[in-house]
Amino acid sequence: MAEIQKEQIGFPILGQKAPDFEALTTQGTLRLSDYKGTWLILFSHPADFTPVCTTEFMAFSDIYDELKKRNVELLGLSVDSVSSHIAWIRNCEEKMGTKIPFPIIADLNKDVAKKYGMIHPEQSKTETVRCVFIIDPESKIRAMLYYPLTTGRNMSEILRLVDALQVADKYKVATPANWKSGDPVVVPAPVTAEQAEERLKEGYECKDWYLCRKKLPES
Amino acid sequence: MPCVSPDGKPTTSGMAVLKSLKEGSASPEEIASRTGQPLFRVRSGLRELTNSGFVEEESNKYGLSKTGETAIQ
Repeated sequence: MAEIQKEQIGFPILGQKAPDFEALTTQGTLRLSDYKGTWLILFSHPADFTPVCTTEFMAFSDIYDELKKRNVELLGLSVDSVSSHIAWIRNCEEKMGTKIPFPIIADLNKDVAKKYGMIHPEQSKTETVRCVFIIDPESKIRAMLYYPLTTGRNMSEILRLVDALQVADKYKVATPANWKSGDPVVVPAPVTAEQAEERLKEGYECKDWYLCRKKLPES
Repeated sequence: MPCVSPDGKPTTSGMAVLKSLKEGSASPEEIASRTGQPLFRVRSGLRELTNSGFVEEESNKYGLSKTGETAIQ
């Protein structure tokens, strides 16, 4: 039992290569490596045909086109069968009017869930909690969110997080609290006294030498 | 969306990939561009089509096999 629990709570680490997998999905057998070159949001939900998960799936579908514009694919997961997933997404389309355009992993043996620390025994011993892993085109884990069973995720925050990561990569900057696309970004703090002295003369909007912001070219 | 159905025939998506190879061998990225299918789906589909003998791979370029040519006629 201790062995099982130890295996289930082995969490991935930010910046590490995302654990590889090959999994049966609603769109065939997929491997993590199939997503190389694109960003991937791998997310789990507790179970098909449950109310909060249904609202989340409709919400993920709503942001799907925005994610595609950002070169991001979505991949869902739960400990349900492909048949259950197919029945549920057909139900979402028939009853809610929402087509689910992305694949969903049928992780009945929990292979992927265990690799990504998706099962938190204090929440449920059999269901995955509401995880989000943002994986970059080089298959590195760049951000992780873990929500409890009771609480649906915020799609605006997920989009904001993707934007922030992509901006950080493109411009070698950081993003301040509550940043959203188009806002000024934070210039990385100087690491030498000389750089600190020069920083105040570089034309940025500075509160002090360690907190300077700038507008990005396209914003 | 698998490219080969359980009865061994190419699906609509699979047929789209096979037809795109009439233009000549191509990388998964080129096939994704030709068909409009997402790259992850093309890679997954090419594995199925290769395992089922419709497609042949050499140095990450995929081309029609004899079986693949017959399938799209």
